[in-house]
Amino acid sequence: MAETTDNVLEIRDLAVDFKTDTGLTNALVNVGFDVPRGKVTAVVGESGSGKSVTANCIMRLIQPPGRITGGSIAFQPEQGEAFDIVSLGKKDPRLLDLRGGKISMVFQEPMTALSPVYTVGNQVAEAILCHRDVSKEVAWKEAAHMLERVGIGDIERRMTMYPFEFSGGMRQRVVVAMALVCNPEVLICDEPTTALDVTIQAEILTLIRDLQRELGNSVLFITHDLGVVAQLADQVVVMYQGRVLEIGTVRQVLKTPVHPYTRGLLAAIPGLAKKGQPLSTIASVVGDTDITTPWPLVTLADGRQVSLPPDQIPEGAS
Amino acid sequence: MNSELVLTVAGLSKYFDGVPAVQDVSFELKRSETLGIVGESGSGKTTLARCILRAIDPDEGVVRFNSDGGWVDLHRLTDRELVPLRAEMQMIFQDPFSSLNPRMTVQEIIEEPLLIHGLDDRRERRTKVLEMLDLVQLSHESLTRYPHAFSGGQRQRIGIARALILRPNLVVCDESVSALDVSVQAQIINLLEDLQQELGLTYLFVAHDLSVVQHICDRVLVMHRGRVVEQGTVDEVFDHPKEDYTRLLLSAIPSPDPDVPLRPLDRRSLGL
Ligand SMILES: Nc1ncnc2c1ncn2[C@@H]1O[C@H](COP(=O)(O)OP(=O)(O)OP(=O)(O)O)[C@@H](O)[C@H]1O
Ligand SMILES: Nc1ncnc2c1ncn2[C@@H]1O[C@H](COP(=O)(O)OP(=O)(O)OP(=O)(O)O)[C@@H](O)[C@H]1O
Ligand SMILES: [Mg+2]
Ligand SMILES: [Mg+2]
Repeated sequence: MAETTDNVLEIRDLAVDFKTDTGLTNALVNVGFDVPRGKVTAVVGESGSGKSVTANCIMRLIQPPGRITGGSIAFQPEQGEAFDIVSLGKKDPRLLDLRGGKISMVFQEPMTALSPVYTVGNQVAEAILCHRDVSKEVAWKEAAHMLERVGIGDIERRMTMYPFEFSGGMRQRVVVAMALVCNPEVLICDEPTTALDVTIQAEILTLIRDLQRELGNSVLFITHDLGVVAQLADQVVVMYQGRVLEIGTVRQVLKTPVHPYTRGLLAAIPGLAKKGQPLSTIASVVGDTDITTPWPLVTLADGRQVSLPPDQIPEGAS
Repeated sequence: MNSELVLTVAGLSKYFDGVPAVQDVSFELKRSETLGIVGESGSGKTTLARCILRAIDPDEGVVRFNSDGGWVDLHRLTDRELVPLRAEMQMIFQDPFSSLNPRMTVQEIIEEPLLIHGLDDRRERRTKVLEMLDLVQLSHESLTRYPHAFSGGQRQRIGIARALILRPNLVVCDESVSALDVSVQAQIINLLEDLQQELGLTYLFVAHDLSVVQHICDRVLVMHRGRVVEQGTVDEVFDHPKEDYTRLLLSAIPSPDPDVPLRPLDRRSLGL
């Protein structure tokens, strides 16, 4: 490509295996995409397609029986040298630095990110204290402020409550607040709004987008809600069975999808189906089309990338 | 349409430390009907569902359930009297991770309800578990694996298999499809609808995704701050919302078209 873009992350040929008692699961097979700086990149794809595993690779959180078996993730921080996250040693200070604030992640399961034995206020304040040199009072105040920004009211009382006393969506907002107080260069959100009602979701999306524009950080946003993608993302990566099938701008992918699988995803949105009729599933849209063979990504004339058998690649591929 | 009632709830309230979480909620549920409960986070949907199934005790109000053995007052029964009824009412939980025991294999998780109710021998249990795996489209190899080996959506399907193995009459789904991608969500919704046709299931369907609710529910309750602010058929509520709060909810649905910007109504100017 002629144009040079400033990518904060460049993922190439990433492969991850999980050893299970029934054999090896190839959770990721040659996954590659860029995360442009200061933009929102959405990763969509069905359950089990490897979205969370990809995010966990960036944070180097893959634990046995899982293993990164190949590939690279080049990270170019705003200041300092670029380096490959995959080849960092476990004790490399750059890894601590990265997890400690340069990249922060909102996990899919809020309860796994929250401790049951500390109050919500303590946990958010602690996240601030870990990353910044401020007094406890300041941290507590900032924690309260961020919790209010994610829509938690009655803040004095809420700060002293425990996670189990919160509703599912409130817990999720606490986790979002914890990631945002660190002001990371890269914010990874793994389905951060699945447990939220639409009004709160709209508020959180607006908050993430506003902070992202204000601070210019880069966001990797994993979701299955294509409405959320349409409203938030600049670029979309479509994954299926551990592979990348299509990459393009949000308009390219959602308005003129090329890959049959992407078309299937769009057809499965309940809003588009008639009441009383079964919803389309991918199988009913895609039929017998082979979407599992890892065809290499080909760049089309309009800049998007697709993985298709040679005879199905539209005109104008380069 | 079958108009026999399955559940009546009247004046139900629940307080935590004196703060109301559910206040004076009343509604009825007919057999083979799907009732949606929508409302913002913290509005009391899960608490209401848990009060109905007596996972927690309501402070006020009446919950009557039309069981196989006739009408019972759920709110009055002792824990022991509730045990046989539990097979008829099941809940599919909001958070698939914390609701699955990490030390049990998928086989153990799915068959546990059968064991608790002392049903079937080993072979029958295994057949039923495999049947459920097929229904929720998980491979038979999943049986010996533990929950952490599955993705979020796969775990949710394990939870659904577990809830449906007893073939309950009333199923409470608490955000059961929210964690699923659209294609699996479509499969599960189709599955829930097929099972309803086949087995005459009645669903109480808690969800925040209004397009899902619109698709699968017959009627809907809108909750706000512990109270029901609006109820009616899906068409009434979605096409002609009476309450500002319902209008706010509808305006906040993000469109999958990037050229239709999200412009939710302003909560403050509505006084909400
Ligand atoms: N600890 C593990 N052990 C074995 N297999 C695993 C483990 N973690 C993930 N996998 C497998 O890796 C694949 C990808 O999982 P991943 O969690 O990335 O999916 P996902 O795209 O995030 O799905 P979802 O939308 O359901 O969250 C799945 O097939 C899953 O079974
Ligand atoms: N065990 C508990 N102790 C104290 N307060 C609780 C407890 N469980 C729920 N609450 C409170 O009750 C209110 C309603 O919570 P509930 O979980 O019913 O909300 P919800 O409508 O299900 O929300 P969400 O959509 O976020 O899941 C909240 O204010 C919550 O903090
Ligand atoms: Mg995931
Ligand atoms: Mg809830």
